[in-house]
Amino acid sequence: MNVMLATDTPTTEPILKMTGISKTFPGVKALSDVALELRPGHVTALIGENGAGKSTLVKILTGIYQPDGGSILIDGKEVTLPTADAAQELGITAIHQETVLFDELTVAENIYIGHQPRNRYGLIDWTAMHARAAAILHGIDAPISTRTRLKDLSIAQRHLVAIARALSIDARIVIMDEPTAALSYKEVEELFAIIDRLKKAGKAILFISHKFEEVWQICEYFAVFRDGRQVGAGRLDEVSHNDLVKLMVGRDVTQAFPKLKADIGEVVLKVDGYCHPTEFDQVSLELRRGEILGLYGLVGAGRSEFCQALFGVTRPSAGTVTLSGKPLAVRSPSDAIDAGIVYVPEERGRHGAITAMSIVSNISLPSLKVTSRKNFLRMAEEFDLARKYAERLDLRAASLSQPVGTLSGGNQQKVVIGKWLATLPKVIILDEPTKGIDIGSKAAVHAFMSQLAVEGLAVIMVSSEIPEILGMSDRVIVMREGRMAGTFEREGLTPEALVRAATGNKEAAA
Amino acid sequence: MNTIRSLLARREALLVLACLLLLVAITARFPAFSTPRNLAGVFNDTSILIMMALGQSAVILTKSIDLSVAANVALTGMTVAMLNHLVPGLPLVVLILIALGMGMLLGAINGFLVWWLDIPAIVVTLGTMTIFRGLAFVESGGAWVNAHEMSPAFLELPRTLILGLPVLSWVGILAIVLAVLLFTRTGVGRAFYATGGNAVAAVYTGIDVGKTRFLAFVLSGTISGLCGYLWVSRYAVAYVDVASGFELDTIAACVIGGVSTIGGVGTVGGVVLGALFLGIIKNALPVIGISPFWQMAISGAIIIAAVVINARGERVKGRIILRRKELPL
Amino acid sequence: MSDQSAILSPRHIPDRLDGPFKRALKSWETLLLAVAIAIAIANSLASPYFLDPWNLSDATFNFTEKAIIALAMTFVIVTGEIDLSVASIIALASTAMGAAAEAGAGTPLLLLIGLGTGLCCGLFNGFLVARLGLPAIVATIGTMSLYRGIAYVVLGDQVYKNYPADFAVFGQGYAFWIFSIEFVTFLVLALIAGVVLHKTIFGRQVYAVGNNALAASFSGVKVRRIKFIVFLMTGVAAGLASVMLTSRLGSTRPSIAVGWELDAVTMAVLGGVGINGGTGNILGVVIAAFVMGLVTFGLGLLNVPGIVMSIFMGLMLILVIALPLVVQRINNRRR
Repeated sequence: MNVMLATDTPTTEPILKMTGISKTFPGVKALSDVALELRPGHVTALIGENGAGKSTLVKILTGIYQPDGGSILIDGKEVTLPTADAAQELGITAIHQETVLFDELTVAENIYIGHQPRNRYGLIDWTAMHARAAAILHGIDAPISTRTRLKDLSIAQRHLVAIARALSIDARIVIMDEPTAALSYKEVEELFAIIDRLKKAGKAILFISHKFEEVWQICEYFAVFRDGRQVGAGRLDEVSHNDLVKLMVGRDVTQAFPKLKADIGEVVLKVDGYCHPTEFDQVSLELRRGEILGLYGLVGAGRSEFCQALFGVTRPSAGTVTLSGKPLAVRSPSDAIDAGIVYVPEERGRHGAITAMSIVSNISLPSLKVTSRKNFLRMAEEFDLARKYAERLDLRAASLSQPVGTLSGGNQQKVVIGKWLATLPKVIILDEPTKGIDIGSKAAVHAFMSQLAVEGLAVIMVSSEIPEILGMSDRVIVMREGRMAGTFEREGLTPEALVRAATGNKEAAA
Repeated sequence: MNTIRSLLARREALLVLACLLLLVAITARFPAFSTPRNLAGVFNDTSILIMMALGQSAVILTKSIDLSVAANVALTGMTVAMLNHLVPGLPLVVLILIALGMGMLLGAINGFLVWWLDIPAIVVTLGTMTIFRGLAFVESGGAWVNAHEMSPAFLELPRTLILGLPVLSWVGILAIVLAVLLFTRTGVGRAFYATGGNAVAAVYTGIDVGKTRFLAFVLSGTISGLCGYLWVSRYAVAYVDVASGFELDTIAACVIGGVSTIGGVGTVGGVVLGALFLGIIKNALPVIGISPFWQMAISGAIIIAAVVINARGERVKGRIILRRKELPL
Repeated sequence: MSDQSAILSPRHIPDRLDGPFKRALKSWETLLLAVAIAIAIANSLASPYFLDPWNLSDATFNFTEKAIIALAMTFVIVTGEIDLSVASIIALASTAMGAAAEAGAGTPLLLLIGLGTGLCCGLFNGFLVARLGLPAIVATIGTMSLYRGIAYVVLGDQVYKNYPADFAVFGQGYAFWIFSIEFVTFLVLALIAGVVLHKTIFGRQVYAVGNNALAASFSGVKVRRIKFIVFLMTGVAAGLASVMLTSRLGSTRPSIAVGWELDAVTMAVLGGVGINGGTGNILGVVIAAFVMGLVTFGLGLLNVPGIVMSIFMGLMLILVIALPLVVQRINNRRR
């Protein structure tokens, strides 16, 4: 096949054709009747908000999930993808959002596990494996030793290993699930050079991103998902930026953030020169009563790590914290909670809620001292407390004894927030508070956050979504690679300025 | 750059050093201990532990544990000993095949329960451990099979000398060679590491985690079955309490050898050295005049010390956001 | 509770959907109770000696000591950990008491030594698991070997049996009528365990840790402290069981109580305590203790040897966990 020509021919036959794909999870319809086409030598952008079903589709394509219905055609032939192995056999590979690789194994083995080169006796040929891995890494300009263990690599380097793995499989279809989320400006440029090379080699690429600039830079086709449906697809040169945004959000583009005017008072929290051996360095900030401080940066910029140190999950190596003028030594989350600092973590299921336990038990857990009498539980008090905050947050649930895990993402988040409000905190840290929750709950969380600021709480909001940062923050601190890369006031703040600070654009220009 | 590699390499070096120090200390007072002849004896005596520890390490690599190995030895050992006694005409090859097959079956039962029903390995093997030993009682009625009830061929095999070493030692050496090949040069072997290292990532790379665990249990069971024959033949007696508590020794050898109980970390060399370390201690105790009753407490203390040392190397690291200078960028 | 206006309010969320009766009917404990009654009936039909009150009283001796450990083990398992060293703690505590008795210690001191040894062993387990963060399975396999190993070092193939005459009261005495001191102690401890696990902050935190230790610590629960305390509890419980068993047998060998860790874990799991942590309750464990007691008593009446009974225990452990999973699998297939 003449691949060089393929890029120039607008009417390439699709290599992959999915039609009528549906997938239902208990309580959630993740995908309904979705279609997607991928063409060799072209990049197709898959666009959609969090929870639109993009990741589910990727998992179906890579054989992790089985669709409930629909058909998948490769080269015009109907195929099934019962296992990850089967998907690989058919030349489908994915670079996942969270790099799923093996910390304890070497770079070479991470690239080749599952399809190691064999010698003539059928045994693994390590020499060949290292040589080939080195060649692939060299091909993508990644100067990483193949004998290094993965746990000693940085996030960007791990991404390169994941890409090398995709190349090693000799895949025809390469899926990239938000590959740029954790990369600096320069690394993104390098990634695009790699994608160009893959294109020229005739690979069909599915590029998942919600950064439009990137989509326009490297993609030819697009498909937009919303709420588990495909709401539009076609050639990128036939649509405008606004068309895409409208398709993606499904309503008017100017999203109204319900930010209320809050009286900003005295400094509540002061952090000075906070350092951690491996995660962040020299972070200082001041937070005032009634203020919402946005913490922006790329995924893996050290924002969550900083917040978790503030909350006592990890120990900083240097720096001081002052709360309401008094020095504060936080050794554990319970110290932080007692002092009035609470943290709504990014990973709800792992850190936020105890999903197998009931709503009431989750909400009362940090407040048990209040609801109990001398260490003895009083269920009526717990239900009162839970009911109060459930109603305040407009929680939707069948009963307060329902396990949190059976609620939707948005309602789970409300339980976590309610749990913390019940402790009557002074400072609340919200880490990606609207990640993976539906639009309706999102607006409710935003409105509530604003209300809290008005009531005098000091809020730190970690977010990777620029509209959310711009819409909600009074002030924004940008972090890059574990360090502070800029502080911005609300007035006159532009998305460009944020992105520049977060990705280190300047260094590329220099 | 390769600090971790050298650290892991150091675990084996550390063990070699520990074994040597132990030998030197013993030899200083009892020179006879370190004659080649006696050392070969120690190796021969430790062969069964080496083999079973290798089987155990495959299971632990996949983030499971097999507490039933010693009971498996008792049950298969009793079975072949009784068959040998009751059907003296049965060729030895058949008996060994029965031992292997039976061990494999018992391992497969464990593996199946872990794979298909996702029951924690500790519960499954805690249960099968009592069931297997109980069955050994049921089939023997609590009676012993003594040396004079076993056929000469049955008793002779492990003792037969080839090139100066008994067959038992050769089987141990063969097991080590095969384990090196299996663990480092085959897909299944690497799947053990992947499954225990990161089960989610293993699924994404097309590895069937459940099946891999199942295979590890089958391997462990098969080895135990073979050792069932070797044990009763070597000690020339079969009874219900054969190898009682030996599962702890196999786990100890693994842990001492640097196999992480969190899964995914460990080497054949480490396990073999871990087993030899225990073997030297066990053989040295009577020589230096310490009552064999000390052995249990010593291996307990060593297990704890080894787990503590291992845990230091396993501290979960963060994302490593700050760039480090020593890494190439 | 719910009046008309509350129902009309769109935001009102009821506390619970099922009433207390309905919840009880659906529970594992009800099923267990039915099993216990069935076994009791079968036993009484199989043997005319079964229903004799003194026989029944005798039957309680073979499970109360294990059941006391199972109560503490429940806390450990709900926390998501496991303690395999309990039987070895019994051996060590018994050895310590035996040595003290040889030296002429009186009964109160022996009791103290038994409990104290258990406490120390529990402290060490807790230190390894909660402080050093070692995986409980391996750490307690290590101490299992260490504790009994020390007993062997001290005793070898010897026996301690010079216990003072009044020491026998713990294992052989009666509180009133047919109720032995052992049995009454067990009932009292079961009540306390139930209250602590289900009605106190500590108990709630034990569940939180077992369900999701990370999220629990993010909610301000001191996870390490909880884990430490539960290991102390199994240590002391094993110490108490050691006092009772030693008193009942009147002698100490290092091989005392071999395999009891399995029985304690089986009782807890049979009682509905999830081995992965976070679920289960004391009532279930108490009923399970009775079920196991009845089974062993029944098998004993049929002259089944002890090691064969242990096959039943092993089978029961696996079946109890496997059966619900198999049923679930089959139901899922059908759907």
